[in-house]
Amino acid sequence: MHTVTGLVGFARALRHSGMACGPTRVQAFLAAVEEVGLDRDALYWAGRLTLCSDPDDVPRYDAAFTAWFGGDGVSAEPVGRPQPRPSQIAALAPADAGAGAEGEDRPLAAAASDAEVLRRRDLSELGVAEREHLRRLLAVLRPDPPSRPALRRRPNQRGTLSSRATLREMLRSGGEPVRLRRQRRSHRPRRVVLLVDVSGSMSPYADALLRFAHVVVRRSPASTEVFTLGTRLTRVSRQLRQRDPEAALLAASHAVPDFSGGTRLGETLRVFLDRWGQRGIARGSVVVLFSDGWERGDATELADQMRRLRRLARAVIWANPHAGHDGYQPVQSGIVAAMPHVDRMVAGHSLRSLEDVWSWVRRLSRRGVGGAKCED
Amino acid sequence: MAVDDAFDFKSPAEVAKALDGTGYLPDDGIATAAFLAMRMRRPLLCEGEPGTGKTALAQALASALGVDLIRLQCHEGIDAAQALYDWDFPRQLLHLRTLEAASGGELDAEAAESSLYTRRFLLARPLLRALQEAPCVLLVDEIDRADDEFEAFLLEVLSEYAVTIPEFGVVSAPEPPIVVLTSNRTREVHDALKRRCLYHWLEHPDLEREVAILRRRLPGLDERLAQQVAATLQRMRQMELLKPPGVAEALDWAQALQALGQDELDTEVAATTLGAVLKYREDAERVRAAGVLAAER
Repeated sequence: MHTVTGLVGFARALRHSGMACGPTRVQAFLAAVEEVGLDRDALYWAGRLTLCSDPDDVPRYDAAFTAWFGGDGVSAEPVGRPQPRPSQIAALAPADAGAGAEGEDRPLAAAASDAEVLRRRDLSELGVAEREHLRRLLAVLRPDPPSRPALRRRPNQRGTLSSRATLREMLRSGGEPVRLRRQRRSHRPRRVVLLVDVSGSMSPYADALLRFAHVVVRRSPASTEVFTLGTRLTRVSRQLRQRDPEAALLAASHAVPDFSGGTRLGETLRVFLDRWGQRGIARGSVVVLFSDGWERGDATELADQMRRLRRLARAVIWANPHAGHDGYQPVQSGIVAAMPHVDRMVAGHSLRSLEDVWSWVRRLSRRGVGGAKCED
Repeated sequence: MAVDDAFDFKSPAEVAKALDGTGYLPDDGIATAAFLAMRMRRPLLCEGEPGTGKTALAQALASALGVDLIRLQCHEGIDAAQALYDWDFPRQLLHLRTLEAASGGELDAEAAESSLYTRRFLLARPLLRALQEAPCVLLVDEIDRADDEFEAFLLEVLSEYAVTIPEFGVVSAPEPPIVVLTSNRTREVHDALKRRCLYHWLEHPDLEREVAILRRRLPGLDERLAQQVAATLQRMRQMELLKPPGVAEALDWAQALQALGQDELDTEVAATTLGAVLKYREDAERVRAAGVLAAER
């Protein structure tokens, strides 16, 4: 079994389990094995050091390693089933309304002239054709990333004197300060963290929200992070960086194990803060939490974690689909607990309100350093 | 060359022994990682909880090999001038003035300018120094704090082990330095950089190794005290704390207890010195409430 074929097969098995080990990694793996030999422990470490690239990979690697090399004899090579490619990529025409019962109710709703109406419609009430149309509207959305002042200064006509640039200029003119060079603070994108609740009560919105997240991630991949919350926390930023929306959504939904499950907002939020938030992802960033606030767990835990989140983040925006409905009262235990620790409570139930969410992200990001964090 | 021989380890076990000699006790994973980094001439990316010995590994490697450790601390907004090289403008200007004064107004502009861009006025920053002074260990600390652009720039330097200085020419390392990158995962390091590196995820050491580390780093530390400190820390790490203590905190704590002349960890002393271990009020309260300290007797 300990042949190159066996090793490459192992790497392939890993790839099928969802790890990103491309040919360069496999090459490195083989080179590493050549250095350390085929002893079981050495082989384990050679593979782990070259094929893993994330702590989340380690448990998967361990499982695959035991399955492949451990136990009794050779395990059957897992057959890689090709990922099904969705057929409805960017369908430009409204979906065949005759086929879907939902679509029949409003056959004309997806017409382009009704775009503005659609933008205001609740995402959970859309028919098949309207959803299709919404995807197109989302795909052309260009949310500009919010910015923050950067450490670096850039040359500018006005601003503070740049001694470096002025001196360099002086060198050219034989030591005379002929021209004074000035510089100003540059701007860098501010990090945005989207936390999308994918529990059962939010499932009518999950698809559209993830699509929105995809658009945001594609616009500024380096400064956007997306996580899904439910019974567990899942990071889907990497999956959503793919260009093709359908492929990205498919990859994200594969990654999320708890679609339409229960909600333990407080607990998952704590996991987020422990593993990611406190280390830096939430630090100074604008955090948007898409959730209806139906908390199955303990609401005090949620309050604690929201307080913690707000201390770390630049601003916390809660996008609550129910807040867009007439006569909405924030009575859910989760919402009540979280309200004091939120900078903005916005609707986020329609395309129009998602654009609104984004404008708040930009506004709260810009607010001056001394600006008081005031509740609405 | 003596240094070449030092790099020529035959197995991870030999590396482990050499590191052990410097007071760093590696487990199999770390030893294999260091061995492969040297043999395969690949940068080693270490990720893990703060205080698991990522930075210490680079320091230990340098001292085990008897070479210099060159450290580049990353931060937001770090740029090539801070990492690679810069020109010493004030000295250049002074030099120019001196030339001018000496020539009595007959300054040859061309010659003057070319005399300005020489090694004399070049300020080598860590990356350039590492290339010039190789063999050495280059520690790129907390790469996750730097910006994406810097990561791309670093990738370029690390794939060529050479840089071009326009006024000067190419500086390349005859022998690539051993590169250790560390990250605390405040941000995901780019895949392109990861692909070039060996990747090691460091965990907190187990009880046995932690006791050994404490004993090694703090000679004269009572065996029982080391056991107690390590056992308490193991328990704390299992609690859900905001900041689980690392090896550095274990060392701090043991040192504090040693300074107080303690040879045993009792509840009272543990409570008063807890600040060496836990840096959040909430954590300290939780630990006290859970009776982790009281269980020590």
